[in-house]
Amino acid sequence: MNTPIRRLAFFCMALFGVLLLNVTWIQAFQAESLREHPFNARQYAEVLNLPRGPIVIGGDEVAMSEPVGGDSEAYQREYTAGGLYAHAVGTFPIRGDGVEKSENSLLDGTDERLAVRNFMDTITGAEHQGASVEMTIDPAAQQAAMDGLEALGKNGAAVALDPSTGAILALYSNPTFDPNPVSDVANPNDAQAAWTELTEDERKPLLNRALKERYPPGSTFKVVTAAAALENGASPDSTMDAPASINLGAPLPNAWGGPCNGGEPDSLAHSIEQSCNTSMANWALELGDAKMTEQAEKFGFNQGGLETPVPALESLYPNPSGDRNLLGRSGIGQGNVEATPLQMAMVASGIANKGDIMQPYMVESVKDSDLSTIEGHSPETYATAVSGQTADQLKDMMVLVTEGPDASGSQGAIPGMQVAGKTGTAETGSGPTHNWFISFAPADDPQVAVAVVVEHGGMSGGTAAAPIAKGIMEAVIDE
Amino acid sequence: MSTATNSQALPPVKRRNAELAMTLAAIGATMFALIEIGLTRNGEMPPQLFLYGGVFGGLAILSHVFIRFFAPWSDPLLLPLATLLNGLGIAMLWRLDQGGIDRAGPMSQLILTAVSMAVFAGIIFFLKEPRTLQRYPYMIGLGAVILLLMPLIPGIGMTVNGARQWVNLGFTTLQPSEFAKIALVIFLSGYMVSKRDVLSLASKQVKVGRFKILDLPRMRDMAPMAAMWGFCIIVLVILMNDLGTSLLLFGTFLAMIYVATHRSSWIVIGLTAFFGACLALYPFVSHFKVRMVTWLDAFAPEVYCTDDVINNQPDAWCNILGNGNSQQLVRGIFALAEGGVTGRGFGGGDVGYIIEVQNDFIFAAFAEELGLTGIMVMLLALVLMVERGMRIALASKELFIKMFASGISFLIGFQTFVVIGGVTRVIPMTGATIPFVAKGGSALLSSWIMLALLMRMSNNARKPAPQAIQDEGATQVIQR
Repeated sequence: MNTPIRRLAFFCMALFGVLLLNVTWIQAFQAESLREHPFNARQYAEVLNLPRGPIVIGGDEVAMSEPVGGDSEAYQREYTAGGLYAHAVGTFPIRGDGVEKSENSLLDGTDERLAVRNFMDTITGAEHQGASVEMTIDPAAQQAAMDGLEALGKNGAAVALDPSTGAILALYSNPTFDPNPVSDVANPNDAQAAWTELTEDERKPLLNRALKERYPPGSTFKVVTAAAALENGASPDSTMDAPASINLGAPLPNAWGGPCNGGEPDSLAHSIEQSCNTSMANWALELGDAKMTEQAEKFGFNQGGLETPVPALESLYPNPSGDRNLLGRSGIGQGNVEATPLQMAMVASGIANKGDIMQPYMVESVKDSDLSTIEGHSPETYATAVSGQTADQLKDMMVLVTEGPDASGSQGAIPGMQVAGKTGTAETGSGPTHNWFISFAPADDPQVAVAVVVEHGGMSGGTAAAPIAKGIMEAVIDE
Repeated sequence: MSTATNSQALPPVKRRNAELAMTLAAIGATMFALIEIGLTRNGEMPPQLFLYGGVFGGLAILSHVFIRFFAPWSDPLLLPLATLLNGLGIAMLWRLDQGGIDRAGPMSQLILTAVSMAVFAGIIFFLKEPRTLQRYPYMIGLGAVILLLMPLIPGIGMTVNGARQWVNLGFTTLQPSEFAKIALVIFLSGYMVSKRDVLSLASKQVKVGRFKILDLPRMRDMAPMAAMWGFCIIVLVILMNDLGTSLLLFGTFLAMIYVATHRSSWIVIGLTAFFGACLALYPFVSHFKVRMVTWLDAFAPEVYCTDDVINNQPDAWCNILGNGNSQQLVRGIFALAEGGVTGRGFGGGDVGYIIEVQNDFIFAAFAEELGLTGIMVMLLALVLMVERGMRIALASKELFIKMFASGISFLIGFQTFVVIGGVTRVIPMTGATIPFVAKGGSALLSSWIMLALLMRMSNNARKPAPQAIQDEGATQVIQR
């Protein structure tokens, strides 16, 4: 009977061997990833106890951590500017996108780049401190965007870029939300209730329309069509048939119902100035699928999402693939063309910067608590959209949009300087039109490029969006 | 008899002083644990150190002294191991109590330890010859069945956490299955020793080519297997939802029939029947499915039940009444991960994240605070206890004692595997208690009873045979 007993003893040992191997696997090898598992509530409780670095905009700390006090070791995040920067900055505890999320490991000090200093702090007994993040946003421009869109009372978004660097000077989505109630650490249930209320709001205040919503760009896209024409041998004086309406299978009329140049073929420059639909659709038809798609992609369409570092959606120019109706309509930014406000700001900034689109970014620098720079940003070219000559020609045409005799966007003009702009009024298929304005100023030495969209504004780009763009541009240039 | 004598393998020395030294070390570990908890949690020496450490240490030393007198030849390692496990269990329960977990109840655990040790001493004192238990196998078997069925009696039966395995006697609650399993081992030992020749008979060989794979037993000898199988499946699984006990008892049955017959065909038949039944019942017995899903898909959002799932997916798996969720299991795993290799120190963890931590999941609390290192110590202590028990079985001369000791040892080892394997996601969670460590009077008492039986058997096995009295010629007194 001893042999089976010995085997049974071995079997028991094997059972314990399995247990030992398994706990070793969990505790020694899987431990790291399990600690960061999204279900693991411990990590969220722990990060609340880390003194998080501030987020700085225009020299002010717009997000900072203060001890909760009492028995709690946690820190409460405070957003001093309310809803002004909510979509760009985000919230902590992290709930959606924003710099709070994209720069999280630097802000809370757990990033590897801070490991050496954390080690030194441990030795010297100094308190751990997260890094501070300085953003590119210009408070005045951001405020102008908020004031303009709030005064209008419509949903919408505005993006402003520095054309020479790609720095994001304004990034505002209307309506916004106050990040303070949803970040309440002491009353997590209240915070959750506030968040739930925001998620259920019909106006979608949590949606960052500047980066995460695609709209048909309408006539603002005519700039891209004109760029394709100029890059393929046309000049601003080249003409194209511009009747009151053309037939693409379905009729495509001009916005005002009449022809563009008294019934004569219209020049490219005047078509942009007046925002002529029929001639620009004809240009698209003449250029064809391949050239239109190529030019759109040079401006950034179909190129995947961007990390600013807050992620942005990809803008789309689906190849019409021989569909005449789609090709013609895509020439005026309809059909299946969809762009984020950031994308259209990049179009304006590329023209402003002699054809080079700079990579958009909103984190200027990350500084350690002793103010040494951990991470700086050096501007880099995202894409070369058009040649310098084409860019100059486009700029001249866009200046006519604000100050020509048939200007469609005179509301965007700023006294004392030249503003290059383009209006857009996009059909939506459901509800009133979206109203766009893209622009940059001063035209001869661009400091700011802007895109503004008013969702279902039901007006024209010139009346609804241009004044807001003007306000943002003035705010940047006045400084 | 091929297994005639093996007693020469163990030297005829008592090693009681070694036992004392190791017991003192185990008490020291318990004291040290209490001090560390006090310093970590409250920043001071715990005022209850002498209440818990002193009383517990005194009890352990008393047990040792008792053994010195009444079972001096018993295995010297068993008592220190039990003391260590029991002491760490009390320390952890005290730590949970300090951490605000009201149901930990360290004081009742201490009192139950005292009661258990008293029963332990009583068994060693009164049960001089464990083989006398062989006389009444059927009565003890009937007792086991009655104990197992007690929770089904209306009025006193209680369902806790879904399993109907408790009885309420008014003044106290009991988990009769803890005692039934010991009774079952006694019954099976007696039964199989008398029937092992029949059970070993083969009627048919299964061959693949020239190779013999299995010897199948005769159909008519299948009755005990069929009875055991039917009981485990129908009563324990279907009626009482007590998968842990069912698995434990059937596993022990298979181990013992293998020891008795040395025939692997019994294991193959048993496992096929058991898992076949589980498979066949799977669609009909809802709690099977619940346990399998929470085991296999523990980390799926609709099984873990995130807030998002609760609020937004009314049709998700965990939102269906009776399905439950895998939160306890997954949080236990997170506790293990939190502990890592070295642990967060006794008293330094956040064990409050684990749901119902004072029961099965006390293992996860140990894993978090003592780390992989501490868990290895605990597992090694348990495996040592099991293997020493097997050693007793090898060293004993009587078949009944061999069966009995190996059965008890296997029971301890398999029970540990079932509970810790469930907590660490090796097997589905079934609900059982770690011997000596977990909270619960019935479990603790039955652990000490098993220890008493093992020690008494080891004493008798290691005791040198009485010297033959040569002076009085050829006559010898033979007593029975």
